[in-house]
Amino acid sequence: MKIGLFIPCYIDQFYPAVGVASLELLEKLGCDVSFPLNQTCCGQPMANSGFEAMSKGCDKNFVNNFKGFDYIVAPSGSCVLHIKEHLHDEDNPKAADEIRSRVYELTEFLVDILKVTSLQASFPFKVGLHTSCHGQRGLHLASMSELVAPAFSKPETLLNMVKGIEVTRPKRVDECCGFGGTFCVFEEAVSVKMGKDRIGEHQDNDVEYITGVDTSCLMHLEGILKRQGSKIKTIHIAEILNSQL
Amino acid sequence: MSARETILAGIMANQPLSQKLPVVRVNEMIQYEDLVSQFKIILEAIGGACLEVKDHEELDTILQELIKEKQVVLNAINPSQTLVRQLQTDSLESLASIDMAIINGSLAVAESGAVWVSEEQMILRILPFITEQLVLVVDRKNMVSNMGQAYQQIDFSEIGFGAFIAGPSKTADIEQSLVIGAHGPKKSMVILVG
Amino acid sequence: MSSQANFTHAEAAEQFIADEPRTDWHDDTLWFVREKRDKAAHSLPEWEQLRQWASDIKYHGLSNMHQLLVDFEKNAIANGIQVHWAVDGKEHNEIIYKIIQDNQVQRIVKSKSMLTEECHLNEFLTEKGVEIVDTDLGERIVQFRKETPSHIVLPAIHLKKQDVSETFHEHLGTEKGNNDPQYLTEAARGHLRDKFIASELAITGVNFAVAETGGFVVCTNEGNADMGAHAAKIHIACMGFEKIIPKAEHLGVFLRLLARSATGQPITTYSSHFSKPRAGQQMHIVIVDNGRSRQLGRESFRNSLKCIRCAACFNTCPVYRRSGGHSYHTAVAGPIGSILNPNLDMQANKDLPFASTLCGSCSNVCPVKINIHEQLYLWRQEITKEGMAAKGKTFAMWGMSEVLAHPAIYRMAGKMGRWVVKHLPFLTNNGMNPWFKQREMPEAPKESFRDWYLNNKQK
Ligand code: SF4
Repeated sequence: MKIGLFIPCYIDQFYPAVGVASLELLEKLGCDVSFPLNQTCCGQPMANSGFEAMSKGCDKNFVNNFKGFDYIVAPSGSCVLHIKEHLHDEDNPKAADEIRSRVYELTEFLVDILKVTSLQASFPFKVGLHTSCHGQRGLHLASMSELVAPAFSKPETLLNMVKGIEVTRPKRVDECCGFGGTFCVFEEAVSVKMGKDRIGEHQDNDVEYITGVDTSCLMHLEGILKRQGSKIKTIHIAEILNSQL
Repeated sequence: MSARETILAGIMANQPLSQKLPVVRVNEMIQYEDLVSQFKIILEAIGGACLEVKDHEELDTILQELIKEKQVVLNAINPSQTLVRQLQTDSLESLASIDMAIINGSLAVAESGAVWVSEEQMILRILPFITEQLVLVVDRKNMVSNMGQAYQQIDFSEIGFGAFIAGPSKTADIEQSLVIGAHGPKKSMVILVG
Repeated sequence: MSSQANFTHAEAAEQFIADEPRTDWHDDTLWFVREKRDKAAHSLPEWEQLRQWASDIKYHGLSNMHQLLVDFEKNAIANGIQVHWAVDGKEHNEIIYKIIQDNQVQRIVKSKSMLTEECHLNEFLTEKGVEIVDTDLGERIVQFRKETPSHIVLPAIHLKKQDVSETFHEHLGTEKGNNDPQYLTEAARGHLRDKFIASELAITGVNFAVAETGGFVVCTNEGNADMGAHAAKIHIACMGFEKIIPKAEHLGVFLRLLARSATGQPITTYSSHFSKPRAGQQMHIVIVDNGRSRQLGRESFRNSLKCIRCAACFNTCPVYRRSGGHSYHTAVAGPIGSILNPNLDMQANKDLPFASTLCGSCSNVCPVKINIHEQLYLWRQEITKEGMAAKGKTFAMWGMSEVLAHPAIYRMAGKMGRWVVKHLPFLTNNGMNPWFKQREMPEAPKESFRDWYLNNKQK
């Protein structure tokens, strides 16, 4: 089983530790992982701003990098969803189709494909789980509060395998944090207000960390936390699942 | 082209390929074992009241009791119990003075606390809305679990006007705080007979 | 009919949020409505199946719209109802004005109809010197204040009771400083009763029109539609053509969804089924297109016409709750407004599809399963295709897409100070970037993941 690791551009440049944790975690679980060196971005920043047409070059590059893998795994619900829904390559439609059906968000991959039931991880902290919309409502990583359906959460299932951790949920379990790609600058006021409100609910739970499957949401929340001078830190779920503290 | 033709032509040109109607399986809709208690719970939750009487005799006693202190009562079930005969039913001012209207309903729906009332039962279409208090009388046999079943029992070919009425009129338009008695009745009661 | 607002959603939202306690109140209040909706939905095990039926019935309706309207018209006429057709808002208003003139009536009441808001009927009639009294409490409040509804189900949700109290003090002579909702509602009841009793003509909206019966259903909690319609000697009901459903039995699906989705009630207090005028009454129906047939032809967007105007998507929308309805500068605000209004006027409403994080909650609560957030995404593509994006934005995106399409350039750029830092629009590292206003930047690490990988893992 050959796995291609997809590390979205802003993780590559800002949060390399998330990439490292994802890679180490997969390798610990016995996977054969490689990181195609010419990858850049999934094209989502353009597409969500209405410039889907301009993301063609990105798409092509993505296909070149990731064709032929059994699975493509990324520590980002949002980027995976974008690939799943929007990756096309006129020159290589079959490879694009295959990639779309083989791309997985990390926790989804651990639960659904590797069927992980235990982890050698410990993280003795109180952690608030932020449910990122694209992972949840898009990839169905967790049940959605709007729907009348049985409850589940793949990220939470995994977190509960970590020694010493205490996982909490905010009052509004799955409200959006307000990042939203370019929304976070074009609608700055609403974006920040949404983020502050999410943080407020985690604060009410006295958490030490806020975690989630999307670095972009966490980056936005981190930006607000830092400006507020808060003690709460953000951490990607891969880092917790790979932690040995 | 007339507006009608323009619109219909535009629709004809733009509507997608016909898709079949789904089969709505009413038997998959919620069913309650105890229709009366479900109906009561819901009706009370939406600000209404529910009474059970065993027969028409008991109904009569209750109605007598209810209209005791009232000035103007229009009893659409039993006009002999109407308190003010000189009520001018063609004058809205006069109708606006009605304290209580008593009307038959043909169907009570357990899931929503709603009662179906048709035009014939109302006598006047405006009656159940303009009265200060509304009493709806429904035969206990005529209860259903859900709206799906309710519609199976209504024959629209005969109906000029009819309404589902669930509890008293209300509004929450000021800061979402619930106020009972917006434009219609401030009190609404359903009496189940049998 | 839509007019160009002189502000964008983002600008108006920023103003709204400037009053943070009020924003919190607005957010909490509407979230509470969303929670009531959840509770109501969860009381029915068949909820998701109901949504699917409703969605499928509506799609059948869209795909047979021509026949359903012809049937509806035939049956309505047989019932003694006069049927009118209006291509746009202007024709709709003129039809109503003509009925008013032909019958020489002056006293007109109107219950809630978002269609008449969309067509700007009140302004139109006011210009002609005709006064119209909105009878829904929330609508009456905003009418007194010369505002527009900020929510399609809760028109005055942007106001606090103090605001209402002041307005009523000014217009109805209520006690100054008495903010009790009960007291204020009583005052409005008295005031509007007089209007009902005196009214000659009543205008109502339509929630559902039934092709099979030629009748229509109007749902209210207050009873104002009925008070108007049964008191006046003329009743005009206005509907967008998409309100049509095939059969009366389908109401058994839609009425189960509507109020639960809107407010969490099992059903509205009144669900009134009008089929025939009462003896001596004139009953009219105005069927309006106003861009709907065009929307029907847009494959990506036609499902928006399934909307039953329950406003569940408003109440759940984290952006709507924190920006208020007026920031959408259109009659129908919220997520559904953001996919309907670009069809009416793309230029004037090009900001609206961007007033969303695409979180998808709207699509999940929608009782007719409109893929609202996907349509928001698709409108964004349409709008940029039409060249309506700001020049700077287009340039930045073009530069970005070039770099991201070429790994070598990307890496070079990355080395020269983290290219992404400079170019992902939300991370551009200069003081002008709105990101910085209330947020810190992430700290740039020593090496990128790729560099780490090359140093540590490359075998
Ligand atoms: S789009 Fe759906 S949720 Fe929104 S108002 Fe319409 S029916 Fe309700």
